[in-house]
Amino acid sequence: MTSTIELIQVSKSFGKKNVLNNINIKVDAGQIFGLIGPSGSGKTTLVKLIVGMDQPSSGQVQVLNTQVPNLKLLQSIGYMAQADALYNDLTGQENLAFFASLYKLRKDVQQERIAYAANLVALTSHLSKKVQNYSGGMKRRLSLAIALIHDPQILILDEPTVGIDPELRKSIWAEIVRLKSEGKTILITTHVMDEAEKCDQLAMVRGGEIISNGSPAALKSHYNINSLEEVFLRAGGEKDENNRIS
Amino acid sequence: MRTIALVKRVCIQMVRDKRTLALMMVAPLVILTLLHFLISSDPNTPRLGVNGAEESLIDELKEKELKVIPFDQLKSPNQLIKEEDLDGVLKMEGDQLNLTLTNDDPSKAKLLQTKVMQAISTVNAKEQATNLAQFAEDIGQQLPNTPINLIQLTMPEISTSYVYGNSETTFFDQLSPILVGFFVFFFVFLISGIGLLRERTTGTLDRLMATPIQRKDIVFGYLIGYGLFAIIQTIIVVFYATKVLDIMLVGSLWNVILINLALALVALLLGILLSAFANSEFQMMQFIPIAIVPQVFFAGILPFEGMPEWMQIVAKFMPMYYGGNALVDVMYKGFGINDIKNELFVLLGFALVFIVLNIVALKKYRKI
Ligand SMILES: Nc1ncnc2c1ncn2[C@@H]1O[C@H](COP(=O)(O)OP(=O)(O)O)[C@@H](O)[C@H]1O
Ligand SMILES: [Mg+2]
Repeated sequence: MTSTIELIQVSKSFGKKNVLNNINIKVDAGQIFGLIGPSGSGKTTLVKLIVGMDQPSSGQVQVLNTQVPNLKLLQSIGYMAQADALYNDLTGQENLAFFASLYKLRKDVQQERIAYAANLVALTSHLSKKVQNYSGGMKRRLSLAIALIHDPQILILDEPTVGIDPELRKSIWAEIVRLKSEGKTILITTHVMDEAEKCDQLAMVRGGEIISNGSPAALKSHYNINSLEEVFLRAGGEKDENNRIS
Repeated sequence: MRTIALVKRVCIQMVRDKRTLALMMVAPLVILTLLHFLISSDPNTPRLGVNGAEESLIDELKEKELKVIPFDQLKSPNQLIKEEDLDGVLKMEGDQLNLTLTNDDPSKAKLLQTKVMQAISTVNAKEQATNLAQFAEDIGQQLPNTPINLIQLTMPEISTSYVYGNSETTFFDQLSPILVGFFVFFFVFLISGIGLLRERTTGTLDRLMATPIQRKDIVFGYLIGYGLFAIIQTIIVVFYATKVLDIMLVGSLWNVILINLALALVALLLGILLSAFANSEFQMMQFIPIAIVPQVFFAGILPFEGMPEWMQIVAKFMPMYYGGNALVDVMYKGFGINDIKNELFVLLGFALVFIVLNIVALKKYRKI
């Protein structure tokens, strides 16, 4: 299998603060790859490096065998930021249309994609409302729709289901699985363990390091436990022990 | 294509934002109107109290468009001024004329003083002329056979002509071209700067960097989007100033619009450039006293030749210096496009430099 996303010895620091430390990740095509870790562990920073919105202090980031950052590459990436970045004075429809035209979609395709993406996140009936009148959950959903608007090969979703009710969360996950079946690669960050279960591969992040990775089943059997939550705690504990020894 | 998407978005946002739109389109007109009536309104006639002066002098003073109020009682001038709300008191004591000026408004005091002086010298000249005529007559009677050929002294007539403007020209006529340019500059700066600032603070600029948009697309998108509104604003302000307020416009209206458009372009680019160094709307406001207000001083309101040399060098770095001069040249002096093309080129040069700086400044968000 070819790897879609590859990070080689990536470190990132802001000033003196070391946020990511020697990260190595390989995401295969057609996978749902989960980055799981507590808040402040460096997930968002990592994701931004992959999109090319920031540059690593050292190491390499490659997407589709191309060095990041690269403008053409961004045409194949759908990104959903953790913090909603929407134009509040525009309607949902206008937000979608604006981003669609940044990806140079043909007018008819654009209409189709807007209808599809809006329907997927159950916003169709709210499209003509201004975003400033949306609830927090509706904004999250619109952000997700924008990430999907240009039918990207790779989806990078930073905590996509925060603030979304369980029913819609379920349908969003169903869609993520369906996109996977279309051969898309999906990288998703989360701090919810039951979402981690749905990933093909997991990387557990803590304090800017990957403390453990593998498929959920492999991780559980490695530590001989049934819940990922405990795996996470155990892996973190081991890392602390290692640190103490070294 | 991406630029067009951005232009469209900026336009929708701008049209929805009625307050900002009003600030851009109406506020300059309101300020110009206020200034127009404040500065060019006729100064009310100075009131001069007179005590003990001759009838001829009083007549002459009245000729000079002064309100002359004779007083008989011998109060002190200061008291008289306070009680009667006068601008000055002229008092004759023996052969001595004493003029007391209120001087609460120095320009009015100067005017009053000049008029009193003129009146006195006119009266003196007339008296001398009469004396001379009398003298000639006396001589003629005493020496009846001698032809008297006294050259009749006549007051030389002075006719004044003006290279620029005319006798009706007010301070506002000279100031208004600069004000028109400055208001265009100021409001375009403020609105475009805050526009991009909002994009930064809401995180959408960061979000744009996850799309294949290029940095130059963003700069040009903003340039064209806000530029459209700047063009509309410029045309409204210029037409209002020249057609409604009837500000003196000797040269071509199109040249005036051209200069203002160049100024708006520079202001727009300066606005979005400086917004890179602000984190909030208030911080954007802080640039006004630093980057905008000083421009007025160098725009031609204060005489350039009188400035110290280093100030003259500073002036050369101010876009308003070129814009203000070009506007005075066209509107007041009636110069043509050839006389202002250098100023226009310098303004375009500023714009070009700012475009490049803007594209570089966005590197903060994405390296490519
Ligand atoms: N631009 C930045 N400058 C300085 N520190 C930052 C910056 N971005 C993130 N950090 C720090 O990096 C750490 C990881 O943040 P983040 O990647 O957002 O974590 P997560 O997404 O896992 O919650 C945090 O301690 C945060 O304060
Ligand atoms: Mg995060």
